[in-house]
Amino acid sequence: MDWQALLLSIKLSCVTVLVLIPCAIWAGRFLAYRQFRGKSWLEALIMVPLVLPPTVIGYYLLVGLGSQSWLGQTLEALLGQQLVFHFSGLVVASVLVNIPFAIQPIQRAFEAVPEEVRDAGACCGMSPAKVLFKIELPLVWPGVLTALVLCFSHVLGEFGVVLMMGGNIAGETKTIAISIYDSVQAFDFAAAGQMSLLLLLFAITALALTTSLSRRLGGVSVSRRR
Amino acid sequence: MSQDVADLSCKIYQQEGIALDAEFVCRAGEVLAVVGPSGGGKSTLMRMIAGLTKPESGEIRYGDSVWFSSESGRYLTPQQRHLGYVPQHFGLFPNMTALANVVAALDHIPKAERVARAKDWLERVNLHGLPDRLPANLSGGQRQRVALARALAREPRVLLLDEPFSAVDRETRERLYLELARLKEQLAIPVIMVTHDLNEALLLADRMILISQGTLLQQGSPREVLSRPRNEAVAKQMGLRNLFDAHVVAQEAERQITWLKFGEHLIAGNYREELDIGAKVRWVIPNQGVRFNSITKGRLCRSFNKLSITIESCLSMGETMRILASIKGVKHHLNAEVPLHFAQKMGLAPGVETEVALKSELIHILEND
Repeated sequence: MDWQALLLSIKLSCVTVLVLIPCAIWAGRFLAYRQFRGKSWLEALIMVPLVLPPTVIGYYLLVGLGSQSWLGQTLEALLGQQLVFHFSGLVVASVLVNIPFAIQPIQRAFEAVPEEVRDAGACCGMSPAKVLFKIELPLVWPGVLTALVLCFSHVLGEFGVVLMMGGNIAGETKTIAISIYDSVQAFDFAAAGQMSLLLLLFAITALALTTSLSRRLGGVSVSRRR
Repeated sequence: MSQDVADLSCKIYQQEGIALDAEFVCRAGEVLAVVGPSGGGKSTLMRMIAGLTKPESGEIRYGDSVWFSSESGRYLTPQQRHLGYVPQHFGLFPNMTALANVVAALDHIPKAERVARAKDWLERVNLHGLPDRLPANLSGGQRQRVALARALAREPRVLLLDEPFSAVDRETRERLYLELARLKEQLAIPVIMVTHDLNEALLLADRMILISQGTLLQQGSPREVLSRPRNEAVAKQMGLRNLFDAHVVAQEAERQITWLKFGEHLIAGNYREELDIGAKVRWVIPNQGVRFNSITKGRLCRSFNKLSITIESCLSMGETMRILASIKGVKHHLNAEVPLHFAQKMGLAPGVETEVALKSELIHILEND
């Protein structure tokens, strides 16, 4: 078992979720409540990582953020380091790849909050922030939880993008998925089996937990809305 | 919050999206019903008054305070307007108990007083012993009361009720009518109630405005609009089915009568001085202006406002009977609705020939569109 890779994967998942979920709450709410020209295109763009092979995303990120590109050079000058083959680059890649997994469930949850309830909040004198924290967030909680678990699990098992963007640097960019691949290449099937089993158990537990919590919390929310 | 009561005046014009053109005043202590068919812009109008939607142009004013003015660019948010709003499905916060829902609207009083005040309001709307229930565990009527308590607890400048009785069953609705009628006596603020049910307006409102396809067709007391619709569009919206063509044959200013020739019948209608002799007009009579009984008892001896009819069909609808009859000498049909027991007593049935008397004071000549 490659504990270093496992810890790095967990760290990457945590950082990705911390960066992504607050942004997804903002974006999901915006997309749920606002109608504007080009909304369908924006929603389609958000969904692109779902259908695009991760290696393709990884390739574009590698080329786009590498030291040969204008953007890569600018970011290197600003941050003092390269994004590619570095943990920060993995975070950028994971955030981008997981955008649909984060925004979709949260957007659907906000769409289910009745307009009348939000209107009543405003007419009760609540500020928009108070309406968000006191009324909307308690109602969209199942959607946020689903997004959180989906993103965390997805990042934990991400392979293609991570390999393209970060390579395979132990302690820096070598995640558990890459470690499994390495183990198989080295015919260390025992280690690969252990790590795969761990990921499998985690995936099943996470999904079971999300489904059960969503059903419980979602059930309460839906019955409360009736 | 002190209760400085004032009138609410609205002038709203909009062309984009849902078109609206309405100008009206709701006086303090008055219940104004906004009546009209679904999709006519009633709820949009309500949202504009609440500050939830910005009108394209116009002015909304509460006493001296301007809530919205397209001219000056002033626009107060719902929070700044300090009003009570009960949406169609009540808009209760599903994650809060009935008590917490009311407390949430009490940001204008010190925190320590909020719970006691909220409990007091729940009692005032006859919601005893349910403060800890979530909205999902309350009946439709109870939810409506919580929403009303929440709106009133805010000590609002204006109370807005958007189809307040549409989401409750008939029995609850009847009870809530009584409660609102009682509450009305105690409220000194302008109350605006959206409804598509004319009976609700007749029961509860002091005045009404009739809106159809975004246009204000008529305003006045519900009885006045019902008995004196301005034009055919209003008459149709008010559910008046007896709309007839006639010619003016004489004007009698002293007795305030305009005489109409309707086929071979002579009709004395409400006086309209601007009409010329020979002018073609449309006139209307509400159901309560059509009388069957005086004829059969032989009391009607005058020669006008009598129609000879032949009943074509009778449709019993609950406690009432809907009668469709052809009128002798004209191509029009008369619609009447009478209590079922009365129809049976009078022997009103298809094929029966009889006469009806029309009440002069309820015969209204419409304005030309």
